[in-house]
Amino acid sequence: MRHVLESVLGPLRRDAQADRIVPPSGATAQLVVLAAAAMAFLAVFALALSLASGRLAERWGDELAEGATIRISAPADARAAQTETALRILETTAGVAFARALDASEQQALLEPWFGPDLDLSSLPVPQLIEIVSEGGGFDAAGLRLRLEAEVPDAVLDDHAQWRAPLVQAADRLKTLGTVSVLLLGVIMAAMVTLAAKTALATNAQVIKVLRLVGASDRYIANAFVRRFTLRTAAGAAVGVMVGMVVVRMLPSASNTAGFLTGLGFQGGQWFLPLLIPVMAGVVAFIATGWAARRVLREVA
Amino acid sequence: MIELNNVAYSYNGGALLSDISISLAPGSFHFLTGPSGAGKTTLLKLCYGALRPTAGRVAVFGKDLSALSRDEIAGLRRRMGVVHQDCQFLDHLNVSENIALPLDVSGRAIDDAEALEDLSELMAWVGLTHRAEAFPPELSGGERQRAALARGVIMSPDLLIADEPTGNVDWEMSQRLLRLLVELNKMGKTILIATHDLSLIRAAKAQVQARVLRIANNSIQLAGADL
Repeated sequence: MRHVLESVLGPLRRDAQADRIVPPSGATAQLVVLAAAAMAFLAVFALALSLASGRLAERWGDELAEGATIRISAPADARAAQTETALRILETTAGVAFARALDASEQQALLEPWFGPDLDLSSLPVPQLIEIVSEGGGFDAAGLRLRLEAEVPDAVLDDHAQWRAPLVQAADRLKTLGTVSVLLLGVIMAAMVTLAAKTALATNAQVIKVLRLVGASDRYIANAFVRRFTLRTAAGAAVGVMVGMVVVRMLPSASNTAGFLTGLGFQGGQWFLPLLIPVMAGVVAFIATGWAARRVLREVA
Repeated sequence: MIELNNVAYSYNGGALLSDISISLAPGSFHFLTGPSGAGKTTLLKLCYGALRPTAGRVAVFGKDLSALSRDEIAGLRRRMGVVHQDCQFLDHLNVSENIALPLDVSGRAIDDAEALEDLSELMAWVGLTHRAEAFPPELSGGERQRAALARGVIMSPDLLIADEPTGNVDWEMSQRLLRLLVELNKMGKTILIATHDLSLIRAAKAQVQARVLRIANNSIQLAGADL
């Protein structure tokens, strides 16, 4: 982190010496730094949102592949027979890789969070669960449901895909939204820097005239402005990103159940992604200021 | 040094200058005179490429200005000193930094001892040594003119173009500035000065062989010795 700060602030120190020709500007300059910092701060969250919902979509998508559950809520005496029948049906169903009935201890573990560890399952009409792991393109849920209906009247097929698919879609949309937000922030940054640069160029019309008169090339003049705005924007963005990352770091971390709100953040190598924001901000400022400067200079004799 | 061939310049449809043909030889000293608004400043601007003629051809140092890119014009201006009527400076830099500005923008080092010595010599020559640390807005009219002149010659240009260099100063100061210009001319520089101050021209003629170009009725003529 210190390395990043140093690489941003290093050229800034030199800036004071080499770019004396552009007068020190007051409030406008501070606004550029402030706006860049704010925008970068927001970009960190947009990025975190995008990455988190991407992860979520992926995880839910993976779990989709794991398929479904059959719940047999037959009366206790018929339960074993119906379970057998259901397993037989599943064996002959295309797309089912594997199916097995959960044993009593597994079911107990599933219910433990609600009823505590001392529950005697046999005293309750707990349905039998059958876990289905699908393969290939999955199985035909509607067909399976029809067969179960005919042969195992008390079986209910819980197709995970059915309720997860819209969630995965929503997470994917959210990811797109985050990405679009990052891009939009980039566009706003470009617009903001262009306006600020144009204002600075207009304010310094006399400076530019004098410089042209004494033989300064367009590139020399433009560079003085470009350097200043690039460094300011990048420095502002760096501060915004640092604050943003600290705040994201302080968000409560994701638990096992991982609602997407608590999962908002970066994981592992993703922590390097926000560090690209100041670089990108600098690049955007560099291009925007250069463009504005060239346009203004064309008007000066 | 400067050559104008059938140069015309129109401004908002009206012809300000037409059919101007002059040629300034290296080492010559020329005054450009004429009534206010006759186009003296415009003619000078044509000479340093701040304006482009609407017809004809302007050549400086043997180069056709209309054929030059913006960067080449910038390069050309490093070989000539231009002193504006309203001397403009970078107000946030002090006088000595302003005078050294042409060195700065042309990428020449101003840190080495030799350059610093040249700079202080030049400052002494225009009598601004004691004002080196002052900022341009603090200068008097005469000091501004002298600072502009110093900035105009720091690159040791072959050509100096000055627009009313004695416009804002009293007689004594104008004589002092004139002596500086004459001295430059004696060092071999080509001088072109626009002025409406006839007594200045008379004073110059006593010191140097100066020619007078007069603009009137859109055209230019070499004035006689009867001035």
